[in-house]
Amino acid sequence: MADTTEKAAFPAVAGAGPAAPAPAPAPRRARVRRGVTPWLFLLVPLALLLTFTYAPIVNMAAYSFTDWDGVSPELRYTGVENYTEIFTREDLFRVFFVSGYYLAASAVQIVAALYFATVLSFNVRFRNFFKGVLFFPYLINGVAIGFVFLYFFQDGGTLDSVLALFGLHTDHAWLGTSVSANTSLAGVSLWRYLGLNFVLFLGAIQSIPGELYEAAELDGANRWHQFRHIIAPGIKPVLTLMVILSISGSLSAFEIPYIMTGGATGTETFVIQTLNLAFRFNKTGLASAAAIVLLLIILLVTWVQRRLVPDDKVDLV
Amino acid sequence: MTRRAVARALVYLSLIAATLVVLLPLTVVLLTSFKTSEEMAAGGGALSLPDNPFNLSNYVAAFQDGRMLSAFGNTAVILVFSIGGTVLIGSMTAYAIDRFTFRLRKLVVALFLLAALVPSVTTQVATFQIVNSFGMFDSLWAPIALYMGTDIVSIYIFLQFVRSIPVSLDEAARLDGANAFTIYRKVIFPLLKPAIATVVIVKGITVYNDFYIPFLYMPSEDLGVISTSLFRFRGPYAAHWETISAGAVLVILPTLIVFLSLQKFIYNGFTRGATR
Repeated sequence: MADTTEKAAFPAVAGAGPAAPAPAPAPRRARVRRGVTPWLFLLVPLALLLTFTYAPIVNMAAYSFTDWDGVSPELRYTGVENYTEIFTREDLFRVFFVSGYYLAASAVQIVAALYFATVLSFNVRFRNFFKGVLFFPYLINGVAIGFVFLYFFQDGGTLDSVLALFGLHTDHAWLGTSVSANTSLAGVSLWRYLGLNFVLFLGAIQSIPGELYEAAELDGANRWHQFRHIIAPGIKPVLTLMVILSISGSLSAFEIPYIMTGGATGTETFVIQTLNLAFRFNKTGLASAAAIVLLLIILLVTWVQRRLVPDDKVDLV
Repeated sequence: MTRRAVARALVYLSLIAATLVVLLPLTVVLLTSFKTSEEMAAGGGALSLPDNPFNLSNYVAAFQDGRMLSAFGNTAVILVFSIGGTVLIGSMTAYAIDRFTFRLRKLVVALFLLAALVPSVTTQVATFQIVNSFGMFDSLWAPIALYMGTDIVSIYIFLQFVRSIPVSLDEAARLDGANAFTIYRKVIFPLLKPAIATVVIVKGITVYNDFYIPFLYMPSEDLGVISTSLFRFRGPYAAHWETISAGAVLVILPTLIVFLSLQKFIYNGFTRGATR
């Protein structure tokens, strides 16, 4: 990213910078005004950015070393106690295992999205209809999705009724045990986010020039060969981006489990736990430490991705 | 040849299966929303058709008792302010970053880019304290300020666009005596129309669907937006799936209409937004 902005700066230098073809050096006042102008445009955006993004991060880092309850005027410095608590208390650490379900669902989701994107980038009847159907869930309100699937997994709800059509009469409480509840919730996340991955893959595949396929066809390549040697390399940058989005998304899963189960029956995720710690149990210090840990993990994952795929490649997509 | 035919059949089969998986849960909820509570109690099964497909009583209940009208009103106010703010802020930032060279420019760009990596769910614990200290807690201003302040994606979309506008246009305007503000207002902003359309759609859908921020910052009942008002259906209608379904359909319907009428823009917008 830094590289491209650098390149883009060139025309700007010629236009607005001091290198502009002025007959004589601009008078001092004009130069001062020119230096101030960009800051006038940036005043509000920067103020908002610093207030609502950077100040919270700095504060959060500070709170994480205290036992603050979020209300009392006193903050007591406790060192790294909160951090050791997160990594040693088993009940706090457990939420990371819940992320595993979402991570597994993401893997399935990426494979499915890739399959549908490949299929639908070739000539298929009702292509736009299928595209729309696959993408639409991504646009639906999370609470509405939560309710749709609460009814889906109800006793005698949608799923049971469908299974009954095939002669399978279950009295399985889908959200009743930890394993089946988490699997169900991860399944809902898959249903919800498949469309985004699908559309991103589709965009990447369509940016591959069509002549490549024709040439391959002449050489006798079949669909699998085309996928393997043309599509796969072409979508690599999007693929890595998606892996990153999936990992950070799995770690910060919140809406679906919160709306559907409220974190009951072992479905509590990292974010639900952090919010409960902060706003229900008034443990702002501990919650801040938890949030910092999550933030660091996500930044680390992103950093690894940037190392694996150089920026300019991602930018081309 | 026959192998090709089989492969083709399998492809269509998989597409139809996916369509069913997507549409079935939604269709069932639509069916349920037309059923009466007696029908629900009789237990005809989730897939049965409603006796009267024009039974709108659940929608009336959802609208009136569920306070959906005020929810749509609050959502509209938040949408107007936060989208307007995002468009202004995003385009101004993009203009300043792309058209000027100034000291610390690199730092400013880095600050905006780095912020894009911070998922906002993680920082709410501390953001809450800041919003609270401004006295914005439990008012419509909290979500408005937060939606405006953290939108890096739109800044990025605008930046891409400003870059594609030739600098010679700026220069021509400058020769005519226009200052930076006039250039932004009369040259750049009008040329950003396609980018503005993208940002309005992407941002609009995000704000309309957001649950987390209004849930956290606007707990009082008359400040419900559509997601939080719908969420409150859980309490009073816990067992009344017909009313909950009507509420869900009411919330999904506007999205469906927007999606069907603006499909192309929406795909492009999300592709551009998500890949940053």
